[in-house]
Amino acid sequence: MPLRILGSTLLVMVTLGVLTFLITNERFEWPVVAEYLLAPSVLTGLVMTLMLTVVCMFLGTLLGTVLASGQLSDFWPYRLACVVFVGFFRGVPPLVQLIFWFNLAYLLPRISVGIPYGPEFFGWSTNSLITPLTAAIIGLSLHQSAYMAEIIRAGLLSVDLGQHDAASAMGFSRWHTFSSVVLPQAMRVIIPPSGSQVIALLKGTSLVSVIAMGDLLNAVQTIYNRTYEVVPMLIVAVIWYLIVVTLLTLAQRRVEAHFGRGAVRIAHKKPRTRGKKS
Amino acid sequence: MKTHISTAPVLEVTSLSKHFGELTALDKVSLTVDEGEVVAVLGRSGSGKSTLVRCIDQLEQIDAGAVYLDGELLGFEQVRGRLRPLSDKKHRLQRRRMSMVFQQFNLFPHWTVLRNITEATVVAHGLSKAAAEKRAFDLLARVELSEKAHAYPRHLSGGQQQRVAIARAVAVEPRVLFFDEPTSALDPELVGEVLQTMKDLASTGRTMMVVTHELEFAREVSNRCIFMAEGKIIEDRPSREFFENPHSEQLRTFLARSNRDANEVNA
Repeated sequence: MPLRILGSTLLVMVTLGVLTFLITNERFEWPVVAEYLLAPSVLTGLVMTLMLTVVCMFLGTLLGTVLASGQLSDFWPYRLACVVFVGFFRGVPPLVQLIFWFNLAYLLPRISVGIPYGPEFFGWSTNSLITPLTAAIIGLSLHQSAYMAEIIRAGLLSVDLGQHDAASAMGFSRWHTFSSVVLPQAMRVIIPPSGSQVIALLKGTSLVSVIAMGDLLNAVQTIYNRTYEVVPMLIVAVIWYLIVVTLLTLAQRRVEAHFGRGAVRIAHKKPRTRGKKS
Repeated sequence: MKTHISTAPVLEVTSLSKHFGELTALDKVSLTVDEGEVVAVLGRSGSGKSTLVRCIDQLEQIDAGAVYLDGELLGFEQVRGRLRPLSDKKHRLQRRRMSMVFQQFNLFPHWTVLRNITEATVVAHGLSKAAAEKRAFDLLARVELSEKAHAYPRHLSGGQQQRVAIARAVAVEPRVLFFDEPTSALDPELVGEVLQTMKDLASTGRTMMVVTHELEFAREVSNRCIFMAEGKIIEDRPSREFFENPHSEQLRTFLARSNRDANEVNA
C-alpha cells in the first residue's frame, strides 16, 4: 500500500501543477479561447473536418471491403493485386500522398475516359478536378482503405468455417451468405479497431491544412496568422478535437454492444471417447 | 417401416473420387439410396465417411465420378457432349433439395432459433414469413423446444442446439437429409435426446444418410449400413446382416473394438 499512497500523492501534485500552469499562465489567453471557440469560421472548419472524416471513412470502408474480399479470393491475380495495393497505400505516409495527389496535374495534365489509344469520350483538365477537397478525399480515402482492408480481412477470417458450410448447405447465395451470415459475425471483430480508425482519421484530417484545405486546423491557423494568437487558437482546435473524439468513443461502445449480441463463442465440447476413434 | 414409392433411387453415386493433395479421401465410391431409407455410414476417423456426405451434399468439389439426385446430375451439366460445372445459381437450386446436420451444429449465432429455422425457407424456398414461422413452430414442437423460439443459440445446451439444427435442416423439406457425426460434439448425457429426435424423424419415412459412431443407433434405426475404410466402401448391407454376419475381417475388428470401447466407457 505505501506504493499506492506515494503514487496518489504524486498524481495529486502533478494534477495541481498542471492546473496551476493552465490557469495562472496568462499566455494561454483563455478569454481569447472563449471568444473564438464558437466563431463561425472555426465552426465551418469543424464541419469540414467532420465531413471529410465521414466521406473518407465511407469510401475507405467500401474500398477496404473490396480489397479484403480480393485478398481472400481464390483467384491469385486478384489476390496479388489487392496485396500490392494495400501494401503500397499502407506504406506511403498520408501527408506525402496528399501533397502528391494535390500535384497530380504535373504528371497527368488531362484526365479522360475513352478507349486506350483510341477515341476519348470525356476529358477534364486535371487542374480543374484536383482541388484541395478532392485531393484530400482521394488521399485520405486510399490511406484509410488500406487499413480498413486489413481490419475487415481479419474480421472475415474470424468467422468459423462451419458458418460457410451451413449457409452453403442451406442454399444461400454467395451475397446472402456474405451479407447476412459472415459480415454480421465479422463485425464484432471489425468494429473495435474500426472505431480507432475513425478517430485516427479524424485527427489525420488535420494534415489537409498543408494543401490549404479549410479544415478545423486550417481555420484556426488562418486566424492566428492574422492575430498572432497562436496558442489560444490551437487550444480552440484541441478542445474541439477532444469533444468529437470523446463523442466518437462513446458511440463506439454502443455499436460494439449492439454487434456483440448473440456472439459468445460456442464452447467446443470435448469429443466423446465412447465408440470413437480407434 | 420402409415404403418404396418409386423404384428409382433418390440418390445415386457412381465412382466418386476425392483427393486432398496427396491423400485419396474417396476412391471410386458407388452407392444408391432409396426413398425412405435410413443409411448409416460407419468407419474409423479418416476413413472418408464425412468427406463422402460432404461431397454428396456439394460442400466439397468432387474430383471424379458423379452424384445424381432423383436422376439429375449434381453440379455439372452436359454442354455439347462435354461436362461443364453448373452456374452458381443452378447449383444452388440443386443443393436446396438436400440439407445437412453438422457435428458442431453450425447454427447462426447472431439469429434467434426461429430465424435460424425460417431463413432458408423464406430466402431460398420462397415461403411467406407467416408460413415459414408456422412450419418452424410445428418443427420446434416436434423437437420439444417451442419455448426456445426467441432464444439465441448460445442460451441453449449442445443437445438443444443440435435439435434446433435438425429442425432447421428439416424445415426445407429436403429429399435427402445428411447427418455428419451429429452426436460427436455432445456431452454423453445429451446424446440420447438428439438420437431420439433422429429416430422420430426416421420413423416419418424421411430419407436419411447418417455418418455416426453410434453403433446402437445404426443397428436399431437404420435400414442399411455402410462400412468405410481408406476411402472405399468395404461393406454395404442391410443393418441386421451387417451386424450379425460381417463379411470382412476389417468390419469384424471394427465392431469388436467399438463394442469394447463402449463397454469400457459404460463400466
